[in-house]
Amino acid sequence: MIRIALAACLAIAAAWPARAAVEIQEVTSPGGITAWLVEEHSIPFTALEIRFKGGASLEAPGKRGAINLMTWMLEEGSGEMDSQAFAAAQEALAAKFDFDIGNDTLSVSAKFLTEIRDASVDLLKTALTDPTFPAEAMERVRAQALARIRSDATDPEEIAWDAFDRAAFGDHPYGSDKVGTLESVAALTRDDLFDAHDRVLTKDHLYVSAVGDITPEELGALLDTLLGELPDEGASYPPMAELGIEGGVNIVPFDTPQSVAVFGHAGIRRDDPDFFAAFVLNQILGGGDLSSRLFTEVREKRGLTYGVYTYLADWDYAKLLMGQVQSANDKVAEAISVIRDEWAKVAETGVTAEELEDAKTYLTGAYPLRFDGNGRIARILVGMQLSDLPIDYIETRNDKVEAVTLEDVKRVAARLMRPEDLHFTVVGQPVGLEATN
Amino acid sequence: MRRLFAVLIALAPALPALATEVTTRTLDNGLEVVVLEDHRAPVVVHQVWYKAGAADEPPGKSGIAHYLEHLLFKGTDDLEEGELSATVARHGGSDNAFTHWDYTGYWQRVAADRLELMMEMEADRMRDLQIDDVDIATEREVILEERSQRVDSNPYRLFGEQKMAALYMNHPYGIPVIGWRHEMEALDLDDAMAFYRTYYAPNNAILIVAGDVAPDEVFALAEEHYGPLAPTAGLGPRERPQEPPQLVERRMTFEDPRISEPYVSRDYLAPAREPGAQEEAAALVILSGILGGNDFTSVLPRKLVHEDQTALYAWSYYSATSYDATSFGIGIQPVPGVGLEQAEAALDDALAEFLEEGIDDEQFERVKFQLRAQRIYAEDSTRHLAERYGRGLTSGLTVEDVQAWPDVLQAVTQEDVMAAARAVLTRDRAVTGWGRAPAETEEEAAAMDASAPDAPVEEVTQ
Repeated sequence: MIRIALAACLAIAAAWPARAAVEIQEVTSPGGITAWLVEEHSIPFTALEIRFKGGASLEAPGKRGAINLMTWMLEEGSGEMDSQAFAAAQEALAAKFDFDIGNDTLSVSAKFLTEIRDASVDLLKTALTDPTFPAEAMERVRAQALARIRSDATDPEEIAWDAFDRAAFGDHPYGSDKVGTLESVAALTRDDLFDAHDRVLTKDHLYVSAVGDITPEELGALLDTLLGELPDEGASYPPMAELGIEGGVNIVPFDTPQSVAVFGHAGIRRDDPDFFAAFVLNQILGGGDLSSRLFTEVREKRGLTYGVYTYLADWDYAKLLMGQVQSANDKVAEAISVIRDEWAKVAETGVTAEELEDAKTYLTGAYPLRFDGNGRIARILVGMQLSDLPIDYIETRNDKVEAVTLEDVKRVAARLMRPEDLHFTVVGQPVGLEATN
Repeated sequence: MRRLFAVLIALAPALPALATEVTTRTLDNGLEVVVLEDHRAPVVVHQVWYKAGAADEPPGKSGIAHYLEHLLFKGTDDLEEGELSATVARHGGSDNAFTHWDYTGYWQRVAADRLELMMEMEADRMRDLQIDDVDIATEREVILEERSQRVDSNPYRLFGEQKMAALYMNHPYGIPVIGWRHEMEALDLDDAMAFYRTYYAPNNAILIVAGDVAPDEVFALAEEHYGPLAPTAGLGPRERPQEPPQLVERRMTFEDPRISEPYVSRDYLAPAREPGAQEEAAALVILSGILGGNDFTSVLPRKLVHEDQTALYAWSYYSATSYDATSFGIGIQPVPGVGLEQAEAALDDALAEFLEEGIDDEQFERVKFQLRAQRIYAEDSTRHLAERYGRGLTSGLTVEDVQAWPDVLQAVTQEDVMAAARAVLTRDRAVTGWGRAPAETEEEAAAMDASAPDAPVEEVTQ
């Protein structure tokens, strides 16, 4: 019964809805700010996504943690309002503002109800353009940042990422945690926060998308109100990071029952002609679903872990092929050995025709399913702009996946997958695992 | 901001009452089917929820509900090991499952025209699971690794496990969903199949289909694929051991070197939403919003973080949807230099003040307005709407209860909230836990002892 249905479904696969049903408009405000918009009037709210490119990597020398602290302080007082007044106003509007700082972007995610859109926009504007960084609030938020730094120092996963980043990226901003160190955060002043704000929140770093109950004209006016007063220019972007890791194992001893291993080596640029082949290859090797090679070999066949995955890290200032696995201290050596073997196998022989077909049907089928909510679509749109993708990318993306051949995957596997360069940072008390550096 | 606020209160009632279309039907074999329509994208979420979770496990078999959830991916008479997930992936979908004390759920998210295939496979594994001793041995290693990763590597989760064990003196909510390690290590094929045969049946399940679908078509497909499945005969009422009267506070101090920031966390035994009687739970939802729902304006953060500056963080939480009695929690993470005894005293003072002063009118209206707005934002995610029904229906509520819930919340008065607060916030029915790193020197240990409260710590007293 099942098999018949399967065959029937495969037969109609040609009729796949391979195109996501979103219509993107480019909107330029009277004041010259550009945004991508999808109108969706069935629910009376709008999701707005704002990005300031550069994020924590725009840090001034010696001020590690300033941009993070500045981001955490955006809700702590602005214009005439203190933090209590700001929060009460936001609650009363039932507007949702999220400020988040990453290595590549400072992101602002906002949702607001159509009926009270103007008041919501005015409120968000004060946080973005007129924060006051009150001294008393700064001490409280600084204490929260210091608590986070201490807490990360006892979390095996954080320790692993930190050690990997330090080894991989050295003095580049990627080489240290954006929250900063106990010393650097303790030394920050209010002036540093104003300076951090000037460095990041500027028009030359700005990318915007909106999805929801709003027309192009309304969005244009909103953009000028909300963002028109931002300064034109901020700090310049950092250079690409130079990759400082070599193949081997670095062990960071930590008292925990299960080791965490973070691994990786150089990756591939998005504008590389073989990027899509690499993307499909990663899906087969260790991509998110429950049937990748690593998932099958490390978890399903051997029970060595609950989770193992890989991904192409397409960061702005470094391109890596990365992965992570957690395994009991007495099993992690075997897990690493299986991962290395799979790495070598795929480098040497590529993948099978069936694996390639399965990965392509998954990736092309899953793509349109991503576009199923205002917030989700808005995040995709702003991500496309940050990656410098054309506005019609959604229509051509699946064709690029479809075009990948077995030869392409084999070629990119031989070039990309380098078992001898694969670096493991292991945090825990691994048994039978030799550190090599 | 006062003028803005006045405008908003005037506007607030005008928010449109929109609702996703919900249609329900029960098949002859007892399967309850719920269809939620959302035609914005050609996507469907297909979920089967079993009214069986960790709190329904036999004594000594902790973890079997979750273990079985993993084993459901192993294969049936018609499906090879891993074939279900591979098939979903091949059709561009994603799938997974989840286990809780009150339910176990399985879901796929696919293009809407693939719904029938999902139903076919999910119906197949409702009754025809086929697993062997090899599957079971490997997968037991996986769940033990999962326990290591999620619980043993995380001191806050370990703390929570101990706290729940102390809060529930008799009810199985005191046993972790993933299981105690020593019992997980002994789980076998018979345990899994016994649980499976009893509870995985149409008369113990809820099918939820949400997305770009027509209800009549869903019902016809459900009839075709789930309709022929046999119900479990003689499935009795769902009764777990209940809590005796709780007469005395319990306290614990949990020390782990990985806890860098000490904290105090307290859970009170509290009522959950009951079918046809959700009022007290609704009052507690609003109480939680007023005490800790916002890091700036709520009572505990405002008093402890912003005014007294005793705390880095202060919080409250309440989970209203639960088959049996649930818990209401509060907590404080003090600023460095403030000991846990002082922090706990500050927390108690803030609560006492609140019980005396009552609720600020404006804050009350803001919290309720946010709940109204939440109904609009929630429409953006059909999956979350589907989960709302799944959790409700597996917790003993009806579709009518789930639909009435937003109105029940809006009907809550300040008096209701204060009455619920006085009824629930009593330490005789609570566990107070301190989490911290062990002292590294004798001096530190002496300092910690000096700040210990009168009640004995390091043990669960009752």
